[in-house]
Amino acid sequence: MPGTVTEEIEIMDAGHGETPSPPAGGDDDGGSGGGGAAAVPRRAYFTAISLGLAAILMFFMALTSSYIVRKGLGGDWQPVRLPGILWLNTLVLLASSASIEVARRKHSEGETEAFRNWWALTTGLGIVFLVGQLVAWRQLAASGIFLATNPASSFFYLLTAAHGLHLLGGIVALFYVPFRAWHRSRITQSTAAELTSIYWHFMDGLWVFLFLLLNLGR
Amino acid sequence: MVTHDSGGAHAHHPPTAFIWKYIFSLDHKIIGIQYILLAVLSVFVGMFLSLLMRIHLAWPNAKLPFFEGGIMTPEQYLALMTMHGTIMVFMVLTTAPQSGFGNYFLPIQIGAADMAFPVINMLSFWTTFVSLVVLLAAFVVTGGAPLSGWTAYAPLSALGSVAGPGQGLGQTLWVVGLAIFCGASLMGALNFITTTIDLRTRGLSLLRMPLTVWAWFVTAILGLLAFGVLLAACILLLLDRTAGTSFFIPGGLVVSDVVQKNHSGGSPLLWQRLFWFFGHPEVYIAIVPGMGVISHVLSTFSRKPVFGYRAMVYAICGIGFLGFCVWGHHMFISGMSPYSAIAFSLLTMAIGVPSAIKTFNWLGTLWGGRIRFTSPMLFAIGFVSLFVTGGVSGLFLAQPSLDLYLHDGYFVVAHFHMIMGVASIFGIFTATYYWFPKMFGRMMDEGLGKLHFWITFLGVYAIFMPMHFLGMVGHPRRYPSGENFAFLGPLQGVHLFISIAAFITMAGQLIFLYNFFWSMKRGKKAEVNPWHATTLEWTVPSPPPHDNFAGRPPSVYRGPYEYAVPDAVEDYVPQHLAPEQVAKAK
Repeated sequence: MPGTVTEEIEIMDAGHGETPSPPAGGDDDGGSGGGGAAAVPRRAYFTAISLGLAAILMFFMALTSSYIVRKGLGGDWQPVRLPGILWLNTLVLLASSASIEVARRKHSEGETEAFRNWWALTTGLGIVFLVGQLVAWRQLAASGIFLATNPASSFFYLLTAAHGLHLLGGIVALFYVPFRAWHRSRITQSTAAELTSIYWHFMDGLWVFLFLLLNLGR
Repeated sequence: MVTHDSGGAHAHHPPTAFIWKYIFSLDHKIIGIQYILLAVLSVFVGMFLSLLMRIHLAWPNAKLPFFEGGIMTPEQYLALMTMHGTIMVFMVLTTAPQSGFGNYFLPIQIGAADMAFPVINMLSFWTTFVSLVVLLAAFVVTGGAPLSGWTAYAPLSALGSVAGPGQGLGQTLWVVGLAIFCGASLMGALNFITTTIDLRTRGLSLLRMPLTVWAWFVTAILGLLAFGVLLAACILLLLDRTAGTSFFIPGGLVVSDVVQKNHSGGSPLLWQRLFWFFGHPEVYIAIVPGMGVISHVLSTFSRKPVFGYRAMVYAICGIGFLGFCVWGHHMFISGMSPYSAIAFSLLTMAIGVPSAIKTFNWLGTLWGGRIRFTSPMLFAIGFVSLFVTGGVSGLFLAQPSLDLYLHDGYFVVAHFHMIMGVASIFGIFTATYYWFPKMFGRMMDEGLGKLHFWITFLGVYAIFMPMHFLGMVGHPRRYPSGENFAFLGPLQGVHLFISIAAFITMAGQLIFLYNFFWSMKRGKKAEVNPWHATTLEWTVPSPPPHDNFAGRPPSVYRGPYEYAVPDAVEDYVPQHLAPEQVAKAK
């Protein structure tokens, strides 16, 4: 499996990850090389997640602008009556953002047990949200509104599906963080938890944006 | 010269099993070569398709292999054209200059052991490979390859097999292949940007980076912001094709005498906007890495610093930024408001400013230099020529009033082949001849290189200059032959000339292929720094060891183009030499 080889090759500087990491962010003097083995600095992971989120944002902005243009074309646009459960789902997702923040802080305070509990709670809330989205789909389908029914419903299913898939990626990361053997990795569990929480907050904010679009832009 | 001993302590060990060393390698250099080989394979497939098209254009009734009854139908011509464009744009121009050479040399030029995320890098290549396979599969499915061009304009691309042979499964494979390619490019872009920002060695500030690195960096940013949009567009198109939605398909269409009842209200122009919001930056994704490479090579072989290094950096960034503001100039004839056309026109012409800055700086670099006419230098100078020729015709097309006439004619074909196709290819050739010694430890044959240059340089002008004239007299593009159109009859001689020029130029590429593979095994052994160049890749053995600097990343003390240094013993000072080491050399 590629994964095993990865581990063998990527442990460039075993133990490096366990030492206190240099502060993340902005030093732009090119001074990343330490003179020792060429480890990837911790901040690279934060750069990468920001870039990934920028690409995801472009993807959703393309869909959003298509939504606005297609709606403006008129005639056949019939607003979708959004299922009420979406409000509940939104609350669940907002709560998960709060709980992942608590989990992250517990980790940095060294309270492993509390971290695990709050992290598990976040994972659970994420799953509840996704199940809730599926229920919303079922409700719409039961009332005879499908993907191809009209452009508004097409966009509803498309946007919720695209967001749901991205969120599913976040849930995979949520499962991964507590169970991975981090001592063999290039980054610490704390860094991984931070990266996951950044992604998770972004998915939360993205959902709020999409929900507003679907509500106000009907 | 200070070189790093490859026998030093390695920070980590290279894999030894063939599959991990050469197939699923995590080494950026192997991945770079994989990309280059993928591009070489693709360019010959793409060239073969254009060979068939050129034969048909010159001799419409010639019997050809691969076609039923030996005669190419108009639909088959369009399928060849579509696949030629798609393969060349995505699998050659996007992969070779950026993912190929960028992968190989960006980490070394910034003093890093590898890309920031080697696994993502490997996945990026193999995802690209899968997308190529999916694209090529369109040739062998029922109906064959799609007809809708590399731009896949809706509704032709959205309706399915009713719109023509190839518009069924073939077009679906095209869309899926492209969506996969988007994923691959996004992974690559993320890796390039992170590596450039966070993995630069000690002392390598942004304004000490070689212009190649700047070019790859800006190109990666373009890719990061553009491919997500294409992915969204591909998903919408796929839903229109397979799920019965109407994003791009208007109501009441009559296709092949059948009223299309299942769709209503969609907008074909929405596809055009989404596509060109990606498509125009894509043009720069193809050419910007070439700009970086030739800046680098012109300086090396003029034995002079790049003229106006900072201006070059700002110009690259300016071109990248403006690339996102001009998608509308591809749509002047779509019925857009003349006011927005003026805005797009002015923004498009504004690109002439950074482009002219670059051109004059290239000429300024050459001016008064002690020029060495090596093969890479010839191709770099050829690039400047083609960039000017192709760029100037862009200024014509940027005028909405002129574009109304020239659009969808051969003038446009001539323009984009000159600048996006051939100039970019010259960038790739420049990079190949320049870095071959570093990549394979042997020199390419100079005589064959020069022969290859002259055949190709004269050949591409002979092919594409006459196309401008075809366009100006009103010859539409995408016509498989002029036979049934009286006004095209007198132009047949021009087609014949172009085809013969194309055959000679294509044959000339076999010289390159021979030189490439022959030199790999039999070429003269290369020194560590055969061109007496200054950047970090010339401080490591050829080919570089697994982790480039054997665990001892260099420090950088100066800018990348210190040539013609007055007091130095040699006429150049490498980036990694400390001031006291230079003083010793005096």
